Amino acid sequence: MIIVVFLFFIIPVVLTIVLAFTNMDYSFKWNFVGLQNFKDIPSDFIIPRVVSNTFIYTFLTLGFFNVGMALVISLLTTSLSDKIGSFFRTLWMLPRLTPSVVYGLLWLWIFDPTEYGLMNYLRSLVSLQPQDWLYSSPMLIIILANGFIGASMGMLVFTAAIKAIPEDYFRAAKIDGASWFMIVRKITLPLIKWHILFVTAYQTLSLLASFEYILIITDGGPVYRTEVWALYTYHNAFANFRFGYGAALSVILVVIGVVAALVYMKFFGFETLMAKPRIEVD
Amino acid sequence: MKKNNGELGFFKRNSEKIMTITIILILILITLPIIIGYFWLIIRSFSEDMVRGFVPTKLTLKNWRFLWSEMKGYPNIWVTTFNTSIVALGVMAIEVLITSLGGYALSRYDFPGRSSIMKLILALHAFPAISLMVAVFYLLKVLNLLDSLFGIILLKASLEIPWGTWIMKGFYDGVPWELEMAGLIDGYSRFETWIKIVLPLVKPGIAVTAVFAFLSGWSEFVFINTFIFSQKFWTLSKYVKGIIGDFRFADYGLVTAVGLFYMLPTIIFFFFVSKHMIKLTIGGVKG
Repeated sequence: MIIVVFLFFIIPVVLTIVLAFTNMDYSFKWNFVGLQNFKDIPSDFIIPRVVSNTFIYTFLTLGFFNVGMALVISLLTTSLSDKIGSFFRTLWMLPRLTPSVVYGLLWLWIFDPTEYGLMNYLRSLVSLQPQDWLYSSPMLIIILANGFIGASMGMLVFTAAIKAIPEDYFRAAKIDGASWFMIVRKITLPLIKWHILFVTAYQTLSLLASFEYILIITDGGPVYRTEVWALYTYHNAFANFRFGYGAALSVILVVIGVVAALVYMKFFGFETLMAKPRIEVD
Repeated sequence: MKKNNGELGFFKRNSEKIMTITIILILILITLPIIIGYFWLIIRSFSEDMVRGFVPTKLTLKNWRFLWSEMKGYPNIWVTTFNTSIVALGVMAIEVLITSLGGYALSRYDFPGRSSIMKLILALHAFPAISLMVAVFYLLKVLNLLDSLFGIILLKASLEIPWGTWIMKGFYDGVPWELEMAGLIDGYSRFETWIKIVLPLVKPGIAVTAVFAFLSGWSEFVFINTFIFSQKFWTLSKYVKGIIGDFRFADYGLVTAVGLFYMLPTIIFFFFVSKHMIKLTIGGVKG
């Protein structure tokens, strides 16, 4: 296990950093150029666009779906009987397990530019002309597509956390005449705030690095309007074969990743999970 | 005034029921895109054409023609399916073997560096491995594993092993150590105890890890798209992506049929996996 982890984690981290100081292209020559790549980043005229896209994409998806929608679903489903509740939660798991290209297809159809697409069919009901959604609001589409997948992780974490709250608290509140909203605000939310924090921290990182569904649905287009940092890295390396520059761009993600991972470990007290094994005979 | 009072009484009497119905309605509303999307995928793949959004005109099997006739410019579907299974089974085999050993070691042995390894695993899981693709490309090239399914299997499995080990550790932790102690006292070696007593008890864990590994290998797209060049090594993700690109505006029937075909294992395992998903995700977040 150590070997594979070493091969595909440690070496790549080091290699990424070293590559960032070269201008390697498809000829794979090691040409060290010092800090040139990092100097190029601020003067790259696409970068401001990419940075703002990344922020918009990450925080809107996070706020509305990975945390927001996840909370809504888990609060609502836990207020229902277990059978109905888990039925809805199961439905929300489906996108996560669907192959990404097939899942992308569903959104391509919903926002199809012709009258065959779902949204344009709905528009035609009120006799509006079909709209080219992928051109008019590409960011909305990728936020929705990622959000409907991203919500399920938070949903599972929150649901488990809510279920772990002793039933007595809710019963006592109900007897005192508290409404549903009151119970949520005064009991449930305060008790799961650590879980909310955890999911927020965790999903920020995974959204920052994610680009698979954007690659499939818009490929960063039209004209860089949905190009996020991770996708820009990918395009530089594998569409333009600027491996050196691509590596320099990913070093920034790597640094964010390493720092975040270290902070999480300090912050979330993983020590409690490290309990020593109870049986020891060797 | 009187009528108003009556209504209020009605709401008060049935407040619990009304609440439940409201909640279910809200849930249906927010889940609608998922329900409609998959519903369309299935219906469209069996229909000639569709009117008014998603009303099929005539049922047909024509859309599934890619199964028995070659698509121009595409590799044979069965070869592609075979490749996909190889990747899925390969990832599954490696992951199950290593995580069931690694999880046991982490759960039961107090070796030096144990807690650092566990910290490393959690850190790796939070780490966006995808940002390492440039380096991985170079590494695969040096190892001569570019354009090779074996390379994909190795890469995919190793990215998932840390987390899989963590999950398996959770299942091993749930096995009471008295059972193992009994085995050891009766004269089994540590290895025999593992095989004969512990392993059968973590079968559900192994099954879950296996299904997850299989599905993640089956669904892999980015690595295939980047590290595989020859058509003969294509897997279904690349095939389906190509068909979507070429036929999206011309033939939604074909596109949905290909997509649904690719999704079959997901559908088969879906109910099994989603039930266990909760256990898996919660493992890491007790803190």
